[in-house]
Amino acid sequence: MTAATGIGARVLRTEDKRFLTGTGRYVDDLPLARATYAYFLRSPHAHAKIKSIDISAAAKMPGVVNIFTGKDLVDAKVGGLICGWTVKDKHGEPHKAPAHPVMAVDTVRYVGDTVAMIVANSHDEAKDAAEAIKVDYDVKPATIDLATALGKGAAEVHPEAPGNLIYDWEIGVKADVDAAFATAAHVTKLDLVNNRLIPNAMEPRAAAADYDKGTGNYTLWSTSQNPHVLRLILSAFVLGIPEHKLRVIAPDVGGGFGSKIFCYADETMVCWAASRVGRPIKWTAERSESFQTDCHGRDHVTHAELALDKDGKFLALKVETIANMGAYLSTFSTAVPTYLYATLLAGQYTTPLIYANVKAALTHTAPVDAYRGAGRPEATFVIESIVSKAAAEMKIDAAELRRKNFIPSTAFPYQTPVALQYDSGNYPPIIDEAMKIADYKGFEARRAEAKSRGKLRGIGFSSYIEACGLAPSQVVGSLGAGVGQWESAQIKFNPTGNVQVLTGAHSHGQGHETTFAQLIHDKLGVPMDQIEIIHGDTATTPFGMGSYGSRSLAVGGSAIMKAADKVIAKGKKIAAHLMEASVADVEFENGVFKVAGTDKNVPLGQVIFAAYVPHNYPHADTEPGMDENAFYDPANFVYPAGTQICELEIDPETGTTEIVAFTAIDDFGNIINPMIVEGQVHGGIVQGVGQALFEAAVYDNSTGQLISGSFMDYTMPRADNFPSFKLGYKVTPCPHNPLGVKGCGEAGAIASPAAVMNAVHNALAPVGVKHVEMPATPLNVWQSIQGAQRQAAE
Amino acid sequence: MYDFAYHRPKSVADAIGLLKSKPEARAMSGGMTLIPTLKQRLARPSDVVDLGGVKELAGIKVEGNNVVVGGMTRHADVASSAEVKAAIPALAYLAGHIGDPQVRNRGTMGGSVANNDPAADYPGAVLALNATVSTNTRKIAADDFFKGLFETALGEGELITGISFPKAEKAAYVKFPNPASRYAMVGVFVAKTASGVRVAVTGAGATVFRVKAMEEALAKNFSSAAIKDIKIPADGLNSDIHGSAEYRAHLVGVMARRAVDAANK
Repeated sequence: MTAATGIGARVLRTEDKRFLTGTGRYVDDLPLARATYAYFLRSPHAHAKIKSIDISAAAKMPGVVNIFTGKDLVDAKVGGLICGWTVKDKHGEPHKAPAHPVMAVDTVRYVGDTVAMIVANSHDEAKDAAEAIKVDYDVKPATIDLATALGKGAAEVHPEAPGNLIYDWEIGVKADVDAAFATAAHVTKLDLVNNRLIPNAMEPRAAAADYDKGTGNYTLWSTSQNPHVLRLILSAFVLGIPEHKLRVIAPDVGGGFGSKIFCYADETMVCWAASRVGRPIKWTAERSESFQTDCHGRDHVTHAELALDKDGKFLALKVETIANMGAYLSTFSTAVPTYLYATLLAGQYTTPLIYANVKAALTHTAPVDAYRGAGRPEATFVIESIVSKAAAEMKIDAAELRRKNFIPSTAFPYQTPVALQYDSGNYPPIIDEAMKIADYKGFEARRAEAKSRGKLRGIGFSSYIEACGLAPSQVVGSLGAGVGQWESAQIKFNPTGNVQVLTGAHSHGQGHETTFAQLIHDKLGVPMDQIEIIHGDTATTPFGMGSYGSRSLAVGGSAIMKAADKVIAKGKKIAAHLMEASVADVEFENGVFKVAGTDKNVPLGQVIFAAYVPHNYPHADTEPGMDENAFYDPANFVYPAGTQICELEIDPETGTTEIVAFTAIDDFGNIINPMIVEGQVHGGIVQGVGQALFEAAVYDNSTGQLISGSFMDYTMPRADNFPSFKLGYKVTPCPHNPLGVKGCGEAGAIASPAAVMNAVHNALAPVGVKHVEMPATPLNVWQSIQGAQRQAAE
Repeated sequence: MYDFAYHRPKSVADAIGLLKSKPEARAMSGGMTLIPTLKQRLARPSDVVDLGGVKELAGIKVEGNNVVVGGMTRHADVASSAEVKAAIPALAYLAGHIGDPQVRNRGTMGGSVANNDPAADYPGAVLALNATVSTNTRKIAADDFFKGLFETALGEGELITGISFPKAEKAAYVKFPNPASRYAMVGVFVAKTASGVRVAVTGAGATVFRVKAMEEALAKNFSSAAIKDIKIPADGLNSDIHGSAEYRAHLVGVMARRAVDAANK
């Protein structure tokens, strides 16, 4: 198709016009007549028994319409929130599944746990009334620190999970790995913390609901990444509203990063209460509520060991991780530190034996669930940190050690020892290109020059693999997923030839309205401005699984291609009839049906018109209309891979780190819109660097108060923290999806923490610093340098 | 925020009258601290007296050897003032590095100094330059003005009308921003004026303070080498997740040396 707008073209984003001119329509923008406003009273304690809740004074406050507490939900027999993935522990037993009441009934378990819902004529009146609710708490000791959560004496979060253990899970054969370690010439050991993060989407979570008394239909507007899944959970498990009586709409959504996948108490309550209140209800989280109640990410404590032979070949890897679940199991929480983490521990390497043990622990903190990369950043951080540490210990160049252990390009499909089968890849040219662009050879000269200015310069690699494009339904089903992971598409032509493409994927920043339109334009020849991409409404779009795990293009895009194939197949029958030719002789190219070897042709638009005005039509074997559906269930995950190189300078006087260069070479398979892909990579790198240098969710270990509860204390990465990134691509097309695409949404965030921290360690090695935890803040780096100096002096 | 009555007087006298007649009233200059405080329901004033309409409070003028900045002068106006740039470039630099463009176009010098946030920048300049704070009733020397955490010498019904800064022979301000908020975690203002050398530190303690040992050393030899061995005790300094007291004490030394180097440039 035309190079300007088809596959591979840098088409400007269609959706940006409304976003940049302030005409996007978000949940909070909804004009709902007679709306009421909800405010949630939240627990100020990390752990307490609720002795009583007195709403009598609050109920009499001006503007108050209704107040609900957990007891009202018990009386109404409302179900609890669910965890949708059953992980079996090392004895084959399903994970412990503590109850997750929508609102607390007799116990609160984290600061921010929902205690009451106040519905009033205005937000301020609801908030005033919340202050008048008297809750008598019996404050109990809380378990906050993950490292001690499983220890003796830790306060119990739920009686259903003795010792706060949700599961003790393993993958691999420990005895085989131990035997390999016994033969190793060198063993590298590493203890690390993968710091807890707060997602901070630009748009806070919001919900609005309306109940139609006449029909009994509910409409819920929600900032959801997957409206169909939210509807399914609310219908089948929580509220019991039949699926066909509940419409969920996720309109424009301002970022999610995973945090808007899950089913939370807030939208559940707004939906449930709408029928009781009899007026629409609106709720938008305040920023401080987002900090306290959006599911947090990461939060692992890990010990890892890598066994190498004398030449640096990896013999085996052993990993022990404690993963924080928070106070309740969120929607996909159990899968993140198991099937999205340990299965990735082979990285890009031929490590023949891997054993991982993961213990999931409860704490009196906000729930932890998938956050951009979900498990894969944690895995990459373990592998790429220990590989660089091994290289330093064995005095082998960090790139050389990686190259020595890369899976060779001839070995694909490659079966790893941790369940996944990598479909395609070619890693050595990627690292070569990255080193060339980063001028790796010139690094020592730059380090020396920096030293003359009093700066410590370092360079770090991260060669990542990830599994995304979630996922073959049969595989995830066998691993405990409660849903399938296919995607849907519908291509609905109008009689005048323009087209509506409905997708079960959801765009909340990814640019689907542009990328998906490019697919249709390229495949069917319809001009870009004649294509409308529709998503996010369960009443109009076919059931779909939504967007997360870098799946929209690989799975959703593939469904669109399948539906387009059906359009072409049907179009050929109609065109053959119009051209009085045999269907077998009709070809379709650039939007035109042709009879091979003749000059007979008919454009798609004419075929569409004939389909809707079927006066001259092959009625015997062809239905009128042009409206094709497809569902696509992938054969495998997709496996993007790449190498990042970070170069930075540390000011040893202040501990401040400045990134001076950042290179990322990725293999995302075929690329539809390079501009959008670059945007995804930029954002991903920034988020990963945020984890490495800036961000940390910090709770007070005694009280469980969130200290980093606002932007005053939670350090978001900012534009002036970054140089311009140097990006490049190497392409090995995915062999099992029709587009040959992999995924690009999470790669930047998956790879970059290790690249940065390897550079930090490289920079600080000359001053004797052995280990710095993330985030490498100025204070943290300065203290590490001081510690090394003290040790040297002793 | 809770409801309050809003007033926008046109003169200092009217503003004082309002503040005196309503015991729970709060004066608002730029509102850069007050508005977020109200939005978080951390304050519940009966009345807010917006000084934005009091024209006589805004403006910059040179009076002899002093630059006088009106209490309602916005940071952006101080940063871009030709008079300030000529007389005390370090003060213009400081103003140009407060907060972000939105804050600089709303926030005022009088508001910042009256609030005396321990992490604010202006108190460092006021103390190091030995400025004089004028109110509707009196003149207060910088050394007598800053009393403690969010505490000043201002009494009930007293407003800052202007601050008079003596011209500096040499001066510079260097701050180490809090990585999250970008307020000063440690800010050091070094100035050499007719009254001598002063080193004022903001961000590190409960309120801005002077480092006499550095002042004495710099009076003899105005170079960073002269203060390189002066250690600041960590006792009593602020400590939080971004900086321990020890780290802040160390940064005072680093920022002071950098400020002296900058002043000598």
